[in-house]
Amino acid sequence: MRRRDFLATTAAAASAPALIGGCAGSPGDSGPLEYLSLAWQKESIEVNKALVAEWNERNPSVKVRYVQGAWESVHDQLLTSFEGGEAPDIIHDEANDLTDFAHGGYLADLRPLLPEDLKSQISRANWETATIAGGIYGVPFLHDPRVLIANRKLLEESGVRMPTVGRPWSWGEFEDVAKELTRSRGNSRTYGVAWSMKEPVNQSVNLTMSTGGAVFHRERGKDVIRFDEADYGVPELIHRQVNEDRTASRSTLGMAGSDTLPGFFAGRYAIVPLNFSFRQQVQQQAPDGFEWVTLPMPAGRGAPGGGQFQGVSPQTLSVSQDTSRKKAAMAFIAFMTRPDHMARLAEGDWLVPTGREALRDPALNTDEHGWSTGLRIASDLRASPVLGVRGYPEWKDKVATPAFQEYYAGSIGLRALRDKLVDDGNRILARYQR
Amino acid sequence: MTTRSGTARAGQYLALVCYLVFLAFPLLWLVSTAFKSPQELGSVDASWLPHDPSLDSFTAAFGQQPLARSALNSLIVASCAAAISVAIAVPAAYVMVRYRSAVGKAATGWILVSQMFPFVLVIIPLFLVLKSLHLINSLTGLVLVYVVWNLPFALWMLQGYVRAVPASLEEAAAIDGCGRLRTLLSVVLPLLTPGLVATVMFSFVTAWNEFFFALVLLKSPEKQTMSVILTHFIGAEGAADLGPLAAAALMATLPSLLFFALLQRRLVSGIMSGAVKG
Repeated sequence: MRRRDFLATTAAAASAPALIGGCAGSPGDSGPLEYLSLAWQKESIEVNKALVAEWNERNPSVKVRYVQGAWESVHDQLLTSFEGGEAPDIIHDEANDLTDFAHGGYLADLRPLLPEDLKSQISRANWETATIAGGIYGVPFLHDPRVLIANRKLLEESGVRMPTVGRPWSWGEFEDVAKELTRSRGNSRTYGVAWSMKEPVNQSVNLTMSTGGAVFHRERGKDVIRFDEADYGVPELIHRQVNEDRTASRSTLGMAGSDTLPGFFAGRYAIVPLNFSFRQQVQQQAPDGFEWVTLPMPAGRGAPGGGQFQGVSPQTLSVSQDTSRKKAAMAFIAFMTRPDHMARLAEGDWLVPTGREALRDPALNTDEHGWSTGLRIASDLRASPVLGVRGYPEWKDKVATPAFQEYYAGSIGLRALRDKLVDDGNRILARYQR
Repeated sequence: MTTRSGTARAGQYLALVCYLVFLAFPLLWLVSTAFKSPQELGSVDASWLPHDPSLDSFTAAFGQQPLARSALNSLIVASCAAAISVAIAVPAAYVMVRYRSAVGKAATGWILVSQMFPFVLVIIPLFLVLKSLHLINSLTGLVLVYVVWNLPFALWMLQGYVRAVPASLEEAAAIDGCGRLRTLLSVVLPLLTPGLVATVMFSFVTAWNEFFFALVLLKSPEKQTMSVILTHFIGAEGAADLGPLAAAALMATLPSLLFFALLQRRLVSGIMSGAVKG
């Protein structure tokens, strides 16, 4: 049992005395509101701290204290502090992580608290990413979609068509391009693409939306897993590139995104599909004179939205159910997500803002470092199919991660992959939906 | 015969060198990474030595996170936890070895069992207990947790060392007129020096490196320890700010190494000090 599951079980057992005692008290009844931030890049931390300082200056009676959290451990940290009645008042997290907390009653439903101008700034598709069982449990404010980061020189030398957001490659074209870019010289080989698949599930599921798939479906009020043709189009293509065409490097299958960058800079891979925020590392680490370009992901022909839809799990700001100052916490969130502030936060983290006005911010609307590509695909981003599905973390860790890894490495075939994902997966989901 | 033994000796040294290289590899790589520039970190041709050594990663690490403050917090917590654990463990181990009883045996069994509990099993009850004592977000609370967590193993380690002290020495001291306390302080303790040093080292390093309790129990940035601060250099989906992370990790390793370097001589020199009775 993974630590997360184990901790959840322990939390359930331990919550009884806490409830009986009824003396947990409300955190933050006095003193500053606590804001748990997961900002981790220098610029992003600076912007967050500057905004907190600005808020404190303007609102001396409702001060906010910046508390640094970490992506790696935020779930365990929050679960423990929720159980102990010591949760931060304002919580920065990912929509993907909110499901269990919302169902557990740890997070406040923001619907009665949301100011109208904030509500209207963010599109309906974005609000859906934080909607769980009819309630809204976070303000989605930053996206990290998948893009293709490519070696401009190799692309131009090969003579392939340069895709644009208006006219992206189809998945078929992408396969052809990868073949065109793959070269063998003696023992060395330049691959067309490098898929980093250390954590294969999110990107495998999110990219299925481009071919009209979803993997997770709602049937008679319950979440079920299917793995039909629309769902396996992209995984099958990746499998083909690695194992048949050999246009994708096998060695990167076990790597995280950062690990593929040295090979990318050395010209070993022409294209790396990475999250939008990885541009910061590319820009920082690329050798002098290395030219790179940010391209949209390929589109599935004949799928909804022109095949350009992509599932995302945005970063969110939530309010703890335990806090007695929900309105003040919401006011702070509204301040942080004001269009100009949201744009600053997006710029600091190299991410795409969710707000309509923030997307028009001149600082972000530049072709430099691929910003314009990310901003233009913003309207194609949809709630990841995994959002709001109870049992998804367990399915991901116990079933889907090893199954996808085996499939991409060529150890199992498509039928075995489907059996594992669907049969084992639905058993797990059923347990959460009794 | 001499040639054979010489070859065997050379083989032993070679094996030892290989083992030391194996052990030292992560540390050497850490040092090398900490001094590389961002461009060199992104190079596919990884080199042992930085081509253009730079302190940029250290500057960035100290600029981004309160490293000095967190190092001081770690030092305070680890030192206090080690000192208190050993201070409690020494008399307890002595009593358990010299005054054998059913309770002592049961306690020894419990020590073994307690080592099998994973952190996550105790964290929420512990959180609630510390909250009722108003010790959440307090270094004192964390020291308390580390003492409780370290104590069983410290006790277990020291029992072996106490058992190795011949009872005849204590009997001789008693004949010379020493009471129990005097015997413990003047006869047993000097002989326990290597055990004490080993136990202090174990307790210190365990507390210095511990992450999960520190993460959950300390909220204020100014109170967080080094192990927690290190995770702040890692982002979502495994993205990492590698240079500053390596620089910070190196800073986090140095105090432990220094501590070992200072104490390791005592570990050897104290082995038989005071054992010879004139």
